[in-house]
Amino acid sequence: MTAAGARRGRPAAGGQGPHGSMPTYLGMPAFPEAARAALADSQLRRNLAHATHTIREKRARAVAELDDWERLRQAAKAIKDHTLAHLGTYLLRLEENVTRAGGHVHWARDAAEANAVVARLARGAGADTVVKVKSMATQETGLNEALAAAGVTAIETDLAELIVQLGHDLPSHILVPAIHRNRAEIREIFRREMPDAPAGLTDDPPRLTAAARTHLRQAFLSAKAGISGANFAIADTGSLVVVESEGNGRMCVTLPETLISVVGVEKVLPSWRDLEVFLALLPRSSTAERMNPYTSVWTGVTPGDGPREFHLVLVDNGRTDTLADPVGRQALRCIRCSACLNVCPVYERAGGHAYGSPYPGPIGAILSPQLRGIADPVDASLPFASSLCGACYEVCPVAINIPEVLVHLRARVADGKRKKIISSERAVFQASGWVLRSPWRLRAAQRAGAAGRRLAGRSGRIRRLPPPLSGWTDTRDAPAPPPESFRAWWARTRGGASRGRGNGQDGGS
Amino acid sequence: MTAARDQILARIRAANAARAAGDTPRAGDTPRAGDTARATGDADSAYAALPRDYRRAHHDPASTDIVELFAGRAADYRAVVERVPSGAVAAAVARILQARAPDTDGVPRFVVPGGLPPEWLAEVPDGVELAGDDPPLSSAELDRVAGVVTGCAVAIAETGTIILDHGPAQGRRALTLVPDFHLVVVRAGQVAADLADAFARLDPARPHTLISGPSATSDIELIRVEGVHGPRNLHILLADTGASS
Ligand code: SF4
Repeated sequence: MTAAGARRGRPAAGGQGPHGSMPTYLGMPAFPEAARAALADSQLRRNLAHATHTIREKRARAVAELDDWERLRQAAKAIKDHTLAHLGTYLLRLEENVTRAGGHVHWARDAAEANAVVARLARGAGADTVVKVKSMATQETGLNEALAAAGVTAIETDLAELIVQLGHDLPSHILVPAIHRNRAEIREIFRREMPDAPAGLTDDPPRLTAAARTHLRQAFLSAKAGISGANFAIADTGSLVVVESEGNGRMCVTLPETLISVVGVEKVLPSWRDLEVFLALLPRSSTAERMNPYTSVWTGVTPGDGPREFHLVLVDNGRTDTLADPVGRQALRCIRCSACLNVCPVYERAGGHAYGSPYPGPIGAILSPQLRGIADPVDASLPFASSLCGACYEVCPVAINIPEVLVHLRARVADGKRKKIISSERAVFQASGWVLRSPWRLRAAQRAGAAGRRLAGRSGRIRRLPPPLSGWTDTRDAPAPPPESFRAWWARTRGGASRGRGNGQDGGS
Repeated sequence: MTAARDQILARIRAANAARAAGDTPRAGDTPRAGDTARATGDADSAYAALPRDYRRAHHDPASTDIVELFAGRAADYRAVVERVPSGAVAAAVARILQARAPDTDGVPRFVVPGGLPPEWLAEVPDGVELAGDDPPLSSAELDRVAGVVTGCAVAIAETGTIILDHGPAQGRRALTLVPDFHLVVVRAGQVAADLADAFARLDPARPHTLISGPSATSDIELIRVEGVHGPRNLHILLADTGASS
């Protein structure tokens, strides 16, 4: 168990937003404390640094191959913004076309409602066990726990999700949920938790993978119900799209008699042809491939092929609140590619668990507080889990201006509190908003910030800042600004061009 | 349930109306008669005007051998790709199936979906058994076969992808999922240059599987391992009218 792991808890119903809810990881400290624990965990940091750097460089190559990447990105942004502006129209169209193709559509206002619908459908299908393909929406609603309470066992079939589930652990990355585990740890988990693990199982990745294949095969062949999310839902045809690599997704959406797909309302796309844009952007941004190994597309039910019953559960859970925020609503464009995690200097050091939600990294920092609200200290701390370096915005395939939303949410957190300490924080955030609107001012401010190192003691932490910032450092250590800012490092190396990292970025502890 | 639907739709209307009016949302906003039809028309005309100045194809079919591009890109994913003249498909199928025999206990049995061109199977030797899927094989039976032979609907050169629409010569989805070996014959004319052309050729009402190489995972230390739950071996036979092998 890692140091960060010792602080992990099981997800439980928590943090209520005005309309949304998702499990806050109970026992989870707010971001600064959780991140500090993760920083002290050298194994975790090695795993993360290796993984994020590898995929960062591969992604840059896959993206560079398309010389119209920026135009694809702008088209995707425009399609998503358009869809959100006409969301009701497209959801009704989706419902009509799914129904026409023989499927059933359900609507759920929040996590509890979504879980109740799924539990009822699974029990109705006579399933005491369901096979699941990785889905952010069902992690968000805490579906597995709700199913267990209803007497239904959910088996995660994505290899990384299986590692997380068998390790009684929590996912730490959108795409590679077990990114915090290395092969030796995975072997130990399999040996301990997998009754049919072969004797003499080594930590060779192909052997570990083969053990998972054998372990899950019978479950796939006998499951009565499958549960999936969807990457896209096409309004004008009623088609659902699941993008994956291993084939577990194909198994889950093909073999069971009943298929239940739990999908956030923002996943709808107007038209079939939009796939030519999103399937160009997603695999390259996500796994850095020209195309992921498998994509399944289905429309309602097809006699003689696949499930006989199909249910689509459309989930709000805070999304319409997010839609009502003129700045924050752009987070709903997210296609969950995880590119922003892989370039984030804060994520790389803090790890996914520090974000206290199924959505880690930069996207988590802007999505969780919006979906759940900022009443909970974990959520209120998330908008501060960033150095505002802007790398996430640059790689985002749907051009979500994450720093802009972070600054906006910081102001909302500050507005929500009226303590003296917050007022100087607010001044900083207003200033950072001013600085952020101009890249030149940002660079200038960061150069000036490097001078702040002189204030830092040998520990690399600034213990006390001059007023009005002293209110802030009275309660926390401010990490010393690095001698080279992330932005300057990025400009020098373009992230992927060199493995070199700015000296001293590790700031503190 | 309809309460949930109505409330979600009302929240969406309020959020979007507030944005349009630069106003704060009013949860009690109700639509006026005719709003739904107008909203639908507005959405469609605005959709038609969206910017789409990206490339329809990243390699111009007029100046690129897109069949060769497809072969190279599919091979990048460690699919086995062979390019043969269309007259040599039968011999290649026979050779490839027979080569799988040592991996099988007893007589190797391959599933062939309905509608597969009989000439592709004309030279399959006696030591290889072919099984139809009518009546449908159970999942357990599919799990025991040595492999499956199919055609495809469309292929994408840019990404090295084959697309099954599970129509004639392809079989229902389970046939190309449960067995561990998949031999797919792609005719040169089925290769589209890029995603846009490929999707335009498909019928959205059908189920589809896009396949780019064998099943793979990078979940352990980001090391790519071929072969998880889908077929661990993908063999593509590219049947080329008039091309030499
Ligand atoms: S915010 Fe952008 S980069 Fe991050 S996961 Fe979502 S789509 Fe990908």
